[in-house]
Amino acid sequence: MATTLAPPPRHVSPPPTARRRMRRALRRRPGKLTYLMLTAIAFFSFFPLYWSVVVASQDNSALGKIPPPVLLGGNLWFNLKRAFTMVPFEKALINSFLVAGAITVSVVLFSTLAGFAFAKLRFRGRNVLLLSIVATMMVPTTLGIIPLYMLMAKIEWTGTIYAVIVPAMVNGFGVFFMTQYLSEAVPTELLEAGRVDGCSTIRLFWHVVLPAARPAAAVLGMLTFLTAWNDFFWPLVVLTPEDPTVQVVLSTLSAGRITDYSLALTGALIAILPLLVVFVALGKQIIGGIMQGAVKG
Amino acid sequence: MTQLATEERVGPRRGLLHRLDVKGSPYLYIAPFFILFLGFGVFPLIFTAWVSLHEWSLLSEEHTWIGFGNYTKLFDDPAFWNALWNTVSIWVISTVPQLVLALVLAHILNQRLRGQTFWRMSALIPNITSVAAVAIIFSQLFGRDYGLFNWVLGLFGIDKIDWTANTWSSHVAVATMIIWRWTGYNALIYLAAMQAVPKELYDSASLDGATSFQQLRKITVPAIRPTIIFTVIISSIGGMQVLAEPLLFGGNGLTGGSDRQFQTLALYLYEVAFGRFDFGYASASSWVMFLIIVIVAAINFGIISRLRRS
Repeated sequence: MATTLAPPPRHVSPPPTARRRMRRALRRRPGKLTYLMLTAIAFFSFFPLYWSVVVASQDNSALGKIPPPVLLGGNLWFNLKRAFTMVPFEKALINSFLVAGAITVSVVLFSTLAGFAFAKLRFRGRNVLLLSIVATMMVPTTLGIIPLYMLMAKIEWTGTIYAVIVPAMVNGFGVFFMTQYLSEAVPTELLEAGRVDGCSTIRLFWHVVLPAARPAAAVLGMLTFLTAWNDFFWPLVVLTPEDPTVQVVLSTLSAGRITDYSLALTGALIAILPLLVVFVALGKQIIGGIMQGAVKG
Repeated sequence: MTQLATEERVGPRRGLLHRLDVKGSPYLYIAPFFILFLGFGVFPLIFTAWVSLHEWSLLSEEHTWIGFGNYTKLFDDPAFWNALWNTVSIWVISTVPQLVLALVLAHILNQRLRGQTFWRMSALIPNITSVAAVAIIFSQLFGRDYGLFNWVLGLFGIDKIDWTANTWSSHVAVATMIIWRWTGYNALIYLAAMQAVPKELYDSASLDGATSFQQLRKITVPAIRPTIIFTVIISSIGGMQVLAEPLLFGGNGLTGGSDRQFQTLALYLYEVAFGRFDFGYASASSWVMFLIIVIVAAINFGIISRLRRS
């Protein structure tokens, strides 16, 4: 294969017909089959979400029919009201916004600070410390939940959102991501010039680094918000059903031998909706962030 | 060395403060990360080891040292082995199709498409759906009597499947949730890597009449092999910690089905810790899980280095 795949040597120009064929191949747009497959993929991606709207808009007797209903019913408003009265959904939404918001601000701030230090400042132990941060990305910290729970019980944070916010205020990925970005985005000469003018490091950070970090900070912020909003295990362990996050409420709604599915899927819909809005508005940037992180990671 | 050069140019009065700023402030900037991560990430993980050597219950204040007692108990515990087997089984039947599908999807996306952003977004939308929501929606779809999947199977003359009741069917159901949520994400990772592959390779391959599938197999896969291995490692680490899907699939049963047919390791850990409040025993299983993850990662790295050599 290798020999046939090698591009034609430069000094021998290909015969005219071949060149035309090559140009056509280069210009070739994907055909109908490609779009057909993409449509199928999009169908599978969207279907469960559409389905949750369908179920959330039915009453349970309609769900017991064969064949199952595949179109929207008229019960969505009723189910929404039911969801908000049967579980503390309002509180959960507020909690989730507070938790995800606080974690996002903190991760972005601390990652930018640390990223600045790792990318642009010289200090002893820099490489070892950066390496240890990369290593922390591989550590399954969920396995430490038992002592973490005991710790939270000791400082009487169990049942409060502090217990969810504080352990998530930093992560290795964020620091690594910002280090990579800042080492390219901030010109070292600019920092040196600032130094000569007598700028302290923190002023350099404030006036030079922070403005330059904005695009990467936005991407990191979005990814962090998504993760924090969707986090399930630790909030489930440390929070109570009376003062939960949205994901904890979902587990309450689906509990029991016989699940009230029109209610449970209404809950799922409410939990997805805020992220869906963010995603529709900023999807392009989020995708860019994931792909960027992939190339660098 | 740039800092040294600038220091000389600074006036003598600001010298000391300035030096302190240059030498000390970097540590100040990285301190929040290390303090928080040591406190809430590393310390709990290490303290788990200490707890695992005790008879340690949330319900009593006394913690009796029992050495490796919890560990020997764990190795004789059929529920633990069952959970380990379930975890591996679910991991295999979720990871293999997921990564193959992701590869194909990325290959399709790696063309000059109309509406590129839309197709990419539709690939990623399952991933922004929370794991709890995914588990609930699919639990409904997999319902025995009124679920859509059984109805569709019925159209093909296949009898109703009680998805939660059997080992294989419940594993397939849980794996389906994982596949749905993660395929698009992995596809985007592959797509990012594929875009670095020189386009000329594909052009000359299509000149030689290579089909799209042949191009994927002979050009793309070898070129993005490091990325493929990266995703295998990431999904192994994730696959060992699957919890929400089996927990919610059984209607919040900590046992993962009446006969523990889909109880994963993480779910077993959760049951022992927060169902029975046996923290010592749960800590022992945490550490064993940690070791399993390390071993799985080490096997992966071993395969990589062997591949590199060959």
